[in-house]
Amino acid sequence: MTATPLSSSQGAGRAGDKIFSGAALAAGCLILAVLFGVALFLVVQAIPALTAPAAEIQGGEGFFAYIWPIVIGTLIAAVIALVIATPVAIGVALFISHFAPRGLAAGLGYVVDLLAAIPSVVYGAWGAAFLAKEISPAYNWLAGNMGWLPIFQGPASATGKTILTAGIVLSVMVLPIITSLSREIFLQTPKLHEEAALALGATRWEMIKMSVLPFARPGIISAVMLGLGRALGETMAVALVLSSGALTASLITSGNQTIAAEIALNFPEASGLKVSTLIAAGLVLFVITLGVNMIARWIITRHKEFSGAN
Amino acid sequence: MSKRIDVKDLNVYYGDFLAVEDVSINIEAKSVTAFIGPSGCGKSTFLRTLNRMHEVLPGARVEGEVLMDGDNLYGPGVDPVTVRSQIGMVFQRPNPFPTMSIRDNVLAGVKLNNKKISKGEADVLVESSLRSANLWNEVKDRLEKPGSGLSGGQQQRLCIARAIAVEPQVILMDEPCSALDPISTLAIEDLINDLKDQYTVVIVTHNMQQAARVSEKTAFFNIAGTGKPGKLIEYGNTQTIFNNPAVKATEDYVSGRFG
Repeated sequence: MTATPLSSSQGAGRAGDKIFSGAALAAGCLILAVLFGVALFLVVQAIPALTAPAAEIQGGEGFFAYIWPIVIGTLIAAVIALVIATPVAIGVALFISHFAPRGLAAGLGYVVDLLAAIPSVVYGAWGAAFLAKEISPAYNWLAGNMGWLPIFQGPASATGKTILTAGIVLSVMVLPIITSLSREIFLQTPKLHEEAALALGATRWEMIKMSVLPFARPGIISAVMLGLGRALGETMAVALVLSSGALTASLITSGNQTIAAEIALNFPEASGLKVSTLIAAGLVLFVITLGVNMIARWIITRHKEFSGAN
Repeated sequence: MSKRIDVKDLNVYYGDFLAVEDVSINIEAKSVTAFIGPSGCGKSTFLRTLNRMHEVLPGARVEGEVLMDGDNLYGPGVDPVTVRSQIGMVFQRPNPFPTMSIRDNVLAGVKLNNKKISKGEADVLVESSLRSANLWNEVKDRLEKPGSGLSGGQQQRLCIARAIAVEPQVILMDEPCSALDPISTLAIEDLINDLKDQYTVVIVTHNMQQAARVSEKTAFFNIAGTGKPGKLIEYGNTQTIFNNPAVKATEDYVSGRFG
């Protein structure tokens, strides 16, 4: 028997290992390069708008005065979408993963995934042509009965093309993302933890509160953040549904605008400094999304000790 | 605070598949009863029917009666949730709730049944349960730390503390030491010995020495072949089962000649 020297490396296996690690490294670097390239492009192109004299920016009061109302508008639309979509999505996901009979669960999961396949322009058309009209009586009621709240101050928009309608359309659009991801996480809850709760005499809902939701918490946050990313960046649906205007507190009058829709509506006819202004707006959206994701990461890691990963 | 269990003609199914056939057994109160037998013979499945955990799996069902001090656990109108709160269970692998502290793990079951427990009462209960589980001295300084940070044996004793905190009538243990090292195993076995003064304990084990060490009565389950239902072959005093069994198959199994 001949001893194999420890220093010699076996040809084929080694090469495969190297190719694989090289490919993985390249893929990782590519993502960073693309991200960096986009950021660089946005910054370079935005500089003229950021340094231009205030009077030359649209509105005549400088870039900051131009951007902050649509930043607020973007956040309002995204928050409305998440406030509506998150509880519904978690409910649907729990129903599919833990309550529905197996046949129904598969069908329902398929239908929810189908929602994600509908193009956003179709959602926009539906929101503008159907939902806005149907929902305006409800806005009138809100203005009449809840009008003392600034967000429901009248007079309500007669067309229904408001930021609230846009938020509702967005919520339908982010629903499938949050639902599918949450469902996958719920299904991964260790059987052992579910049985621990059941064996203590927990009802199904108590079992979900004790084992499923704590286990799924980081996953739910990630899912919501992905949904938020889509809601922040969604362009077509908002552009079609919202009759935009100046920033207003009331959600049921026309007015407000989001960054993505602002860029989409103005970019085709823009030139010179206007292009630069819109790209700077894009840069702001990029920074907001990045910030949101970092906050989400921080929330997830804050409870690492209790995550069950150790 | 402990009750006896009498099983009459129990058949256990997974869908159409008959997993355990026609078991009748009487389990004494305040004693340790061990279930032994080869893998797949249905002893764990049978154990899970005693607190209605079996039916958690889709399609799983039973026929027959399980009487706890004469009350049929499978009678009409009996809520499995109530059954499980009275018959505690410890699983094969330690499963403390990873997102809860040690203290909250012990209180988990109590908070389900009795939402309003004062902090003082809770403190007393946490200490007494952890003491009963021989874990108090090891964790008393880190009750607010996560239960998942403990060693495997400590986690398993934490699970036992969690089970006895609700003061069950019966404690079922499904191979509680199979994931533990010999020293942790010894700690659990000592604990089982203490528990039988207060509780009815039923333990499934692959370790025959363990069955011989901890139990007063032993039930031997066997299976005729793959796809056939598991059956209760012999049930009697542990001494008799190990030294002088009535059935040939039992003798072969306990002497290590098959399985």
